[in-house]
Amino acid sequence: MADSYGAPGGGGSSRGLSLATTAALFLAWWGVTAAGWVEPLFLPGPGAVLDRFLEVVEEGFGGATMVEHIWASLSRVGLAFLLAVATAVPVGVLMGMSRVARGILDPPLEFYRPIPPLAYLPLMVIWFGIGELTKIVVIYLAIFAPMALNARAGVRSVPIEQIHAAYSMGASRLQVVWHVILRGAMPEILTGMRIGLGFGWTTLVAAELIAAQAGLGAMIQQASDFLVSDVVIMGIVVIGTIAYLSDLAMRYLERVLTPWKGKV
Amino acid sequence: MTFPGRRPGEDVTALSDVDLTLASGDFVVVVGESGCGKTTLLNLMAGFSRPTSGRLLLNGEEIVGPGADRGVVFQRNALMPWLDVLANVELGLKLQGVSATERRAAAVRNLASVGLQDFHHHPVYQLSGGMQQRVGMARALTSDPEMLLMDEPLGALDALTRETSQELILDLWQASGKTVFFITHSVEEALFMATRLLVMSPRPGRLAASYDVDFSRRFLAERDARAVKSDAEFIALRERVLEHIRSGHVRDATDVGLRGGQDG
Ligand SMILES: Nc1ncnc2c1ncn2[C@@H]1O[C@H](COP(=O)(O)OP(=O)(O)O)[C@@H](O)[C@H]1O
Ligand SMILES: [Mg+2]
Repeated sequence: MADSYGAPGGGGSSRGLSLATTAALFLAWWGVTAAGWVEPLFLPGPGAVLDRFLEVVEEGFGGATMVEHIWASLSRVGLAFLLAVATAVPVGVLMGMSRVARGILDPPLEFYRPIPPLAYLPLMVIWFGIGELTKIVVIYLAIFAPMALNARAGVRSVPIEQIHAAYSMGASRLQVVWHVILRGAMPEILTGMRIGLGFGWTTLVAAELIAAQAGLGAMIQQASDFLVSDVVIMGIVVIGTIAYLSDLAMRYLERVLTPWKGKV
Repeated sequence: MTFPGRRPGEDVTALSDVDLTLASGDFVVVVGESGCGKTTLLNLMAGFSRPTSGRLLLNGEEIVGPGADRGVVFQRNALMPWLDVLANVELGLKLQGVSATERRAAAVRNLASVGLQDFHHHPVYQLSGGMQQRVGMARALTSDPEMLLMDEPLGALDALTRETSQELILDLWQASGKTVFFITHSVEEALFMATRLLVMSPRPGRLAASYDVDFSRRFLAERDARAVKSDAEFIALRERVLEHIRSGHVRDATDVGLRGGQDG
């Protein structure tokens, strides 16, 4: 079905443009480096980065292969994300439902939310040591706030008519929460998960600054210590690609689970 | 019924001195200008709010909250967009724990009675406004309430759909024999639908007059809505009620007819 006139973002697929932008960026990158306008130390060309990627896939860098780096990072972000879904969504729903929960939880949440993870990283190290726990807690905290706040907003966005209708059909309070409020809040909950996942990848490098053996952030960190700029760029591209793919997966989930989003 | 204001002295008295008894099987219509307190009255009857003074009884029992004995049809936003048409209509019985086959049968029957037998698995957000309201009516009927409360159910529809929907509601009323409490700001609609027409005057909302009318019964017997609505008696009464609302004056209180029967 065609978008209606004036619908924001209407006018068909944006995929072609996205591909064109990507191609143009690569071309510019290649042109600038191939022409020799910048030193390879500052910006190595796409060819060098690709060579380096293949080398790290086979031989590794900093004591771990590419697969090991990716797996380490993916499992950290994934675990923190799952923990956040299991805790932030209930907390957000509770805040949306209850004046008491909102009153109690709002100050701590709004206080820590804007603080950059790098600022509280040292404290986390003092509290939780330099092991996996600290890394996961730092990523988890970054994901938690946007997820909880979106779940809260989702609960508040459920039309009162739907809630009233359910009560008038004999629903109990618990049934209203389960059958109406959670379903109705789903679009915002999913938006929160998507934003949270993005924050997770944003925080990854900071989390892996602390004594990580493997991980994409750790790899970048080591490479920058030795001025191996092609590994730095390769790591950035890999993180960006994985983050982009996971965002696409979340968007797919949104389309499948809430096809009615924005249509009512 | 008084709503608290933000500051002392800003309280809104939305309803005052409302003394109303509904007879079982009646089609009671409340007409009045926007903001005069119609929804406030319906919300009290539905149990969505409690009166600041006075009492509401249903069959001698005080109304303390919403319940499946009073089905509500809203103006908009009240269907669950994550459920298809059939699941929306079944929802009430599902929440009440009725078996799947039984509730399916009731939902199918009521969808047929509103002419939506071919739309069981359509997403509700793709239906026209008039069809959505019909789903809302089928849903309210499926819980088999004692009375139907309708708050401007046709207020958002175009004129043609509105007229056919009026006829449908009268058919449903006749077939089900239920007591209907119907709100509108259209005097013509009120006269056409009602067996008992209540005129509400604003600030604070009071029942200013009550008319016993029989145009709905005339329509059900003769099935010619245009003839009823262009009848000289209909037009004369319409002008009288309109004049009444415009002048805003409260008539002699004895004009508010009270009849025995089911309390509401
Ligand atoms: N929750 C509320 N708090 C304060 N004032 C309210 C509230 N609900 C309704 N009112 C006021 O009560 C009056 C009647 O409103 P309402 O019953 O919605 O009118 P109607 O349905 O006839 O248009 C209006 O003046 C409205 O502003
Ligand atoms: Mg109203």
